[in-house]
Amino acid sequence: MTGPALEARGLQRQFGALLATDNVSFALKPGARQALIGPNGAGKTTLINLLTGVIKPTEGHVLLEGRDVTGLSANERVRLGLSRTFQINQLFPHLSPIESLGLAISERNRSGADFWRVAGTRPAIVAEIEDLITRFGLDADMQKPTRQLPYGKQRLLEIALALATRPRVLLLDEPAAGVPEEERQDILAALAALPSDVAILLIEHDMDLVFTFATRISVLVAGRLLTEGDPETIAQDERVRAVYLGEDGHG
Amino acid sequence: MIAATSETARRIEAHLSRRARWRLSEIAFWLAALAAIVAFPSRAALINEILVAGLFALSLDLILGLAGIVSLGQAAFLGVGAYAAAILASKDYADPTLGLAVGALVAALLGFVTAPLLLRGADLTRLMVTLGVSLLLGELANRNSWLTGGADGLNFSIAPVLGLFPIGFTGQRNAALYSFAVLFVLFAVARRLRQSPFGLALAAIRENRLRAGALGIDTSWRIVAIYTVSAAYAGAAGALLAQTTQIVSLDLFDFHRSADVMLMLIIGGAGYLYGGIIGAAVFIVLRDVISAATPEYWEFWIGLLLVVLVIVGRERFQDLVRRAASVVVPRPARGDAA
Repeated sequence: MTGPALEARGLQRQFGALLATDNVSFALKPGARQALIGPNGAGKTTLINLLTGVIKPTEGHVLLEGRDVTGLSANERVRLGLSRTFQINQLFPHLSPIESLGLAISERNRSGADFWRVAGTRPAIVAEIEDLITRFGLDADMQKPTRQLPYGKQRLLEIALALATRPRVLLLDEPAAGVPEEERQDILAALAALPSDVAILLIEHDMDLVFTFATRISVLVAGRLLTEGDPETIAQDERVRAVYLGEDGHG
Repeated sequence: MIAATSETARRIEAHLSRRARWRLSEIAFWLAALAAIVAFPSRAALINEILVAGLFALSLDLILGLAGIVSLGQAAFLGVGAYAAAILASKDYADPTLGLAVGALVAALLGFVTAPLLLRGADLTRLMVTLGVSLLLGELANRNSWLTGGADGLNFSIAPVLGLFPIGFTGQRNAALYSFAVLFVLFAVARRLRQSPFGLALAAIRENRLRAGALGIDTSWRIVAIYTVSAAYAGAAGALLAQTTQIVSLDLFDFHRSADVMLMLIIGGAGYLYGGIIGAAVFIVLRDVISAATPEYWEFWIGLLLVVLVIVGRERFQDLVRRAASVVVPRPARGDAA
């Protein structure tokens, strides 16, 4: 039996008097499709930042495939296979999708610091860029500066970039946030097509998306893990309905 | 060797390497510079000054234009490179190539050591830190007059370049050619660097450091690396300046050096590597022309140019130049300042 892909052990983070993350422990199995839900201000973003190493926990540990990565920086964790997307697009506005993806791939190959090679001269990297461009339907926009892409395409590039690092664990922070209805299907299709061996933690407000995507759901309330279970159980949980789903709860 | 097979792959390859080939306009640019040295031997000293300042501005472009790191302390590296070359020459190691290499190396070392100061804080912090370092070094040079000659500066003589071409007051054209050669070689290196994956990563750091880190890039080390290279370039400019004028003085560390080089880069435009050289030419020629007419007030006109440039926008100026160029030659010379 293999251990969890990502594990949090007693994570705690204090901001002054505020306990933003309160003793959170959970495990993500290899290839998991798990969702993290919770009302606004529950501490979802803080938890992601703790897991990815953007901020350090006051207490507790983060383990990536059994290895304690608590002391490692965000970029070191990426190189070990922990990648993320951002709720608000974090892209390179003046670089094209080709350049952005090429960058991510060559960093992963450890050839990102090559200073004497003209970019684009490694057929393997070019082939991988092509694969990602095709898979995410970015062909038509691949040479444009990213800032000129339609919003939905930018969201897809967010995911493609994270995937270019070949993660073992992928944290998706509200991938469909702000995407207009007519482009939503593309995001859903992209999520459904993510490699099955990558463990995914989806942070999302959109309940339709959560219940179609996740096979397991964790509920975060006021920095604490309220409960965890399969979608059925969560949908029926009275406490969850009370704090989160409200009257128009999904069922 | 596997050739790119699909049409998309070919387009990706072409897109990534689109800046690799030297454009016609670039070749024309370098030939024109060379021609100017040959055609105006009486202005060789001025042209040399432009070439050296162009190299100095290129050094700033490497950190500001490529990586988005602001600095008001490039004079520190100019001064250190100049003094290293001058001290070496005054101790009878008068070979210019050696002095150039040592000047660049010493400056690079200083850049490497001080780079960690740039990793925290925002632009304002960086401006202050870099300014502080250059003030510090100027004062150190002032205090250690046994080595630097203090306020008197250092006079020295320099051997012919490659043992063949004497430079200095009797060989100002040789000096300009020497500076031209050094500038061209270092420019070509910087140009290559800009197109490499390393250069692409710098662009990513400039555009969004958070995301660059989220792709696994160790952004701190990359900044240290390019800052070190930039320092080496500034040091080389300092060594050239020392060797071609055969004098160094404390004003090399002055704040106005750092400010002037920033002005040159802003005038010419940052990020496409030619901006520093063009800006240096505009700045120095303007100073030369205006100060001949009104020696006291030439900075007024530079100031005016700067204000107009910022208000009107450089793009419109460049469009104007392009349109003018397209009248002369059928195909417009397009810069790749994008």
